[in-house]
Amino acid sequence: MSKLYTFLKYFFITFWTVFVVAPFLWAVSTSFKDFQSVNSKVTYIPWLDFEPTLEGWRVLIKSPAKGGVDIVEPYFNSIFVTCTASLISIVLGTLAAYALSRFTFKAGFVRNNDITFFFISQRIMPPIVLSIPFFIFLSTIGLLDSLLGLVVVYIVLLMPIAVWIMVDFFNRVPKELDETALIDGCNPYQAFYKVVLPNSIPGLIVAGMFCIIFGWIDFFFAFILTFTEVQLLPVKVVALNSSITPWWSLSASALVSVAPLIIVAFIVERYLSKGNLSGALK
Amino acid sequence: MNFKHKFVFLFPGLFVLIGILIFPIIFTIRLSLSGWNSYTPEMNFIGITNYIRLFTDDPRFWESFFRLSFLSVTTVILQYVIGFALAMMVWREIKFKRFFRVIFLIPMMTTPVIMTVIWRTFFHESLGPVNDLLGGLGVKPILWLSDPVIAKFTVIIVEVWQWTPFMFLLLLAGLLSLPREPFLAAAIDGASPFRKFVYVTFPLMAPISIGAIIIRLIEASKIMDTVFVLTSGGPGTATETSSFYIYIKGLREFQMGYAATLSFTYLVIMIISLTIIAKVLTKLMIKE
Repeated sequence: MSKLYTFLKYFFITFWTVFVVAPFLWAVSTSFKDFQSVNSKVTYIPWLDFEPTLEGWRVLIKSPAKGGVDIVEPYFNSIFVTCTASLISIVLGTLAAYALSRFTFKAGFVRNNDITFFFISQRIMPPIVLSIPFFIFLSTIGLLDSLLGLVVVYIVLLMPIAVWIMVDFFNRVPKELDETALIDGCNPYQAFYKVVLPNSIPGLIVAGMFCIIFGWIDFFFAFILTFTEVQLLPVKVVALNSSITPWWSLSASALVSVAPLIIVAFIVERYLSKGNLSGALK
Repeated sequence: MNFKHKFVFLFPGLFVLIGILIFPIIFTIRLSLSGWNSYTPEMNFIGITNYIRLFTDDPRFWESFFRLSFLSVTTVILQYVIGFALAMMVWREIKFKRFFRVIFLIPMMTTPVIMTVIWRTFFHESLGPVNDLLGGLGVKPILWLSDPVIAKFTVIIVEVWQWTPFMFLLLLAGLLSLPREPFLAAAIDGASPFRKFVYVTFPLMAPISIGAIIIRLIEASKIMDTVFVLTSGGPGTATETSSFYIYIKGLREFQMGYAATLSFTYLVIMIISLTIIAKVLTKLMIKE
């Protein structure tokens, strides 16, 4: 019984690991191919099955005028939009979460939980529902096809996540902490800034990582709200997915764009293993 | 504590969010009462004509909605079962525990739309490795993307690959935060691993499970990127979800007014059904 269980367990883990890794291996292999080795028959291993070439990687930094793809600028755009929107969302979301966790709000039938739900419920809206009015809204105020416009939209995407994680986290930070600080003569802002915040670093890191993940992986808003002036990474990569797809540069650019966040997986794992995350994610 | 300070904490975030959203929401409602399309791109008022059209003469929207329900419920159930199993497996000591944890987390860190582009080459019917390897085993080529039934399962496979890690992360974090005492008690009573799971682990994990399932359902109901790149809703309308249908009506056919009607109806249905699902799940999983 227990031997069978162990066998099944390792079988399942191995199966899932292969499933997770397979598309990456395929992309790595494809990125070194050329037209011939993609279109003649299915090939897998460089040198053995096909002659590898660096062409797929080289076009990534060439300018479009020379037939390249140039993902350098979209790369920096994506980093800028993701980081700015995450930062703003974290600051505003943390303040709001602290208020919702520590104080009682009453206005008509609205209570703390309803306000929290209002924040989190923004995630229910599918991007398409928002993107049509945002399109008109941003073109009215002249922010269509601009980095700033995207930051504004991404705040709506990310603040709910920050509030969700931080409310849970603050609920676990003992109230006595702020109370002691207040008795010691701090005003509420000092209590928050000097006492509560330093004790909330794990929560802030988790919230930050989630904001960065969900900002970085968004495609649809960037797709609808930008055209030529500003391009974000996912839009640029998907644009390669045309009728005659250059699989090699597509794979190379895909790998380059997903690489930075894979580091996040290691950070998350570290926090999990140290037990810090369990408090931050309920 | 003092009364006024609380608003200083809450209001910046609340008002920024409301400030950004108020226009789109009011605009959508107003737009849904207009006949804005590419011939008459103006905010006229046609009453509830659009709503009548939606409820009496648009089976395609309801089909796409049921398809979406099927896709999101199936993927979330699969993600929950697999995510829970994976979390249980790397919860206690096993070899290379940390290595497997990182591996299991990686897909959620990757951009869905970009990975879907890779999946599309992966499932390519003549040049992709899946059919090639299956062909080596003597299986006839499978029409991963062009068969109406199989295409749904291809979408499910990609969604499960992408988002099981999220479930895994929430559930593993939950497992790691469980108190030790109930497990000690069960061990002293000599409970079998199966009974331990049914009577100790699962009930303790119920609140976390509900939270995780609801969050995933919310996110899964927005399936769009995957469908957009993998099948473009096709073949025919076989994988068309509500979002995608709204996209076609609004931004391809430019029936803005009607698309707004669809959006608003969709939102109302989603909020109601998610609330009901949350209530039902809580009843089912937490025994008083």
